[in-house]
Amino acid sequence: MAAKLKGWKDLPMGGVVPGGATPELNKTGSWRAERPIWNEEKCIQCLQCWLHCPDDSIMIKEQKMTGMDYDHCKGCGVCAGICPVDAIDMVPEGSAACARR
Amino acid sequence: MRKTMTGHKAVAEAMRQIEPHVVAVYPITPQSEIAEYYAEYVHDGIVRTELVAVESEHSAMSACVGAAAAGARVMTATASQGLALMVEILYIAASMRLPIVMALANRALSGPINIHCDHSDAYLARDAGAVQIFTESAQEAYDYTLIAQRIAEHKDVRLPVIVNLDGFTLTHSVQVVEPLEDARAKGYVGDFSPNYPLLDVDHPSTWGPFAMPDYYFELKRGQQAGIEAVPPVFLAAQKDYAELAGRPYEGFLEPYRLEDAERALVVMGSTAGSAKETVDALRADGEKVGLLKVRLYRPFPYTAIADALAHVDRVAVLDRALSFGTYGALYSDVATALLHRERKPILMNYIYGLGGRDTTPQQLDQVLREMKSGDPDQGLRYIGLRE
Amino acid sequence: MANIKTLAKKQEQQVRLSSGHSLCAGCAEPMVVRTVLNSIDDPVVVANATGCLEVATSRYPGTAWNVPWIHSAFENAAATIAGVEAAYKGLLRAGKLERKVRFVAFAGDGGTYDIGLQALSGALERGHDFLYVCINNEAYMNTGVQRSSATPRCASATTSPVGDAIPGKPQDRKDLTEIVVAHHIPYVAQASVSNLIDLSNKVERAMAYDGPKFLNVLTTCPLGWRTRKDTSIPMAKLAVETRYWPLYEVVEGVYKINYKPKKHVPVEEWLKQQGRFRHLFKSPEGKSSLEEFQASVDENWERLLKKEQCLSGADAAQ
Repeated sequence: MAAKLKGWKDLPMGGVVPGGATPELNKTGSWRAERPIWNEEKCIQCLQCWLHCPDDSIMIKEQKMTGMDYDHCKGCGVCAGICPVDAIDMVPEGSAACARR
Repeated sequence: MRKTMTGHKAVAEAMRQIEPHVVAVYPITPQSEIAEYYAEYVHDGIVRTELVAVESEHSAMSACVGAAAAGARVMTATASQGLALMVEILYIAASMRLPIVMALANRALSGPINIHCDHSDAYLARDAGAVQIFTESAQEAYDYTLIAQRIAEHKDVRLPVIVNLDGFTLTHSVQVVEPLEDARAKGYVGDFSPNYPLLDVDHPSTWGPFAMPDYYFELKRGQQAGIEAVPPVFLAAQKDYAELAGRPYEGFLEPYRLEDAERALVVMGSTAGSAKETVDALRADGEKVGLLKVRLYRPFPYTAIADALAHVDRVAVLDRALSFGTYGALYSDVATALLHRERKPILMNYIYGLGGRDTTPQQLDQVLREMKSGDPDQGLRYIGLRE
Repeated sequence: MANIKTLAKKQEQQVRLSSGHSLCAGCAEPMVVRTVLNSIDDPVVVANATGCLEVATSRYPGTAWNVPWIHSAFENAAATIAGVEAAYKGLLRAGKLERKVRFVAFAGDGGTYDIGLQALSGALERGHDFLYVCINNEAYMNTGVQRSSATPRCASATTSPVGDAIPGKPQDRKDLTEIVVAHHIPYVAQASVSNLIDLSNKVERAMAYDGPKFLNVLTTCPLGWRTRKDTSIPMAKLAVETRYWPLYEVVEGVYKINYKPKKHVPVEEWLKQQGRFRHLFKSPEGKSSLEEFQASVDENWERLLKKEQCLSGADAAQ
């Protein structure tokens, strides 16, 4: 880990982080104890889960849900709670239901 | 063309010629007239500056930080308590490497509250990371405001620069000042090209992130490189200006009759004027005395100080503020500068002029006489203090 | 009018706040931020006060921001964005810029109600063109749930703990929204993270104005409220349904309550699900505190109704 850290001469002036977001540097999916499993058949594409996901981990394309970003999903369960048709189940990480996914 | 004007007006004139995009300022004695003159320029349409008449100095510096990070050229001015309120954000401005030039009309810090001059405000900010320059006259206050702009915006520096001028003594007294013509002043200052401006919306940057122990140290070391880059930039900017304006400015310091001096004073600010008179009078009596005026206070020019003073037998460093519980701040720096020299003077520390107390040429004369035989271990000495 | 598809479309063009931040699981703050930013079409510059959002989204050398973003201190988000906006005006005047850019400040309740109130008031009075969003989770959550002047009466916080002598916070919260209204700025509103489309509509209406705009958004903090992390939305919704947190706006001085719950839901329903109020349900003193709490909610709601009546669009037109 230490080898990857930059020395002071290599840092941009003023502590600025130029350029945009760096989600690849912080894969918060490792925090997760429970995994949301999306049932595509039940899903009515209301996007409530997307709107309320704190971690931008509901992936969308052309305003339709396409899946979950497990690299960043923290497993909070807000999406499962808000879903009007119970199309998202929370299952323990490492469980059989999780593995089938 | 020579004109008569106050130090306030001289600084405001330099600001008018620089015509920053943003001036964020809050009134405080003895700085207020700088803000008032500039407000007149804005309200009369003489400058295109966006004037932000903020509700506190804390917001003045905060707005300066936002504006400078956005990519604007930014200036402010303050004094005493105003600087104290600003200082939290001044540290941040320096860490963000923002070239904010500000006049500091030196005034004693409370308490008790006092509106007159000493240097306790400048000392309060001495570790903030800003460059600090002290001036002796309204002319110097004008000149160094322009020079400061060049230093602040140099690509290797990019730091706030404080131009100190003694409150009332310089801000309110009418002196002869010879400003540059507008076009020459503007030409000298030049254009500014900001780093990672917030308003470059197609290239978003994150300013002021949260640094943990894994990076904080490296970021602070990077900031140190900025202030270490100042000395050559200061000299070059001052040299260009001296040639342009025909001024005798040279070096970080102004030595006065110091070459063969046996005893010398070290001072900053307007007191240098009285001290020169005293030196002349004593020289006329055959006393080998001299003076060293410090122009660039931060970064402190250690080597130049040691070179200038090493041959002197006795040196009295005059501090216009107490640093409670230790020697005066300037004294400590001068002592550090001389520490490793084989030949070095005996040093004495005098505290003078707190809260606007006058320091007369007669008092300085007495200092230069008594220091001949004074005990250097006496600790702090005071000029003009009633026992 | 906003809808979920237009918000999604906006985000597909630009993810303004991305994943990879370290806010707690279930934290409602990013929902507010994304909805606000997805409701603004023009490029935006964001200023952020010190707090959870700032710390968790900007850990050096990373960032979760795809818009220009600046943090400098806790109490100065309004002054900082005022400086950015002043720079924009100054640079426009100097002919160095052309594009339309909008300015948004985010700060928590501590950074708004308490330490940042002076800077906010100053920026509102000066009339800078910006939107200030108070992400109000009713305590200093970033430093460990200390009470702020937004913390409701009776709530347990680490500097207003439930002790034998004093059970929780003795004082009522400050009515910051009304303090902002008193600045007579073009747009002021209260919103809730439970009603994000309402929030989005408010941002759209606000941004139609030049000058200062203010939103006070109730935002669940599972850590500080001691609620389950998957209930952030229902918890905020109950605050609205119980009339504890009315959704209303004041547009050019005209009051409008955006949502009037049809049935009277006792505030107990909201309180009893939060650990910070648990002590109220365990003692006779708690029971009387609950009655006082309810009376205070009713009184505030009635006062708001009267304001709407007195200062309604209809009156203004007369």
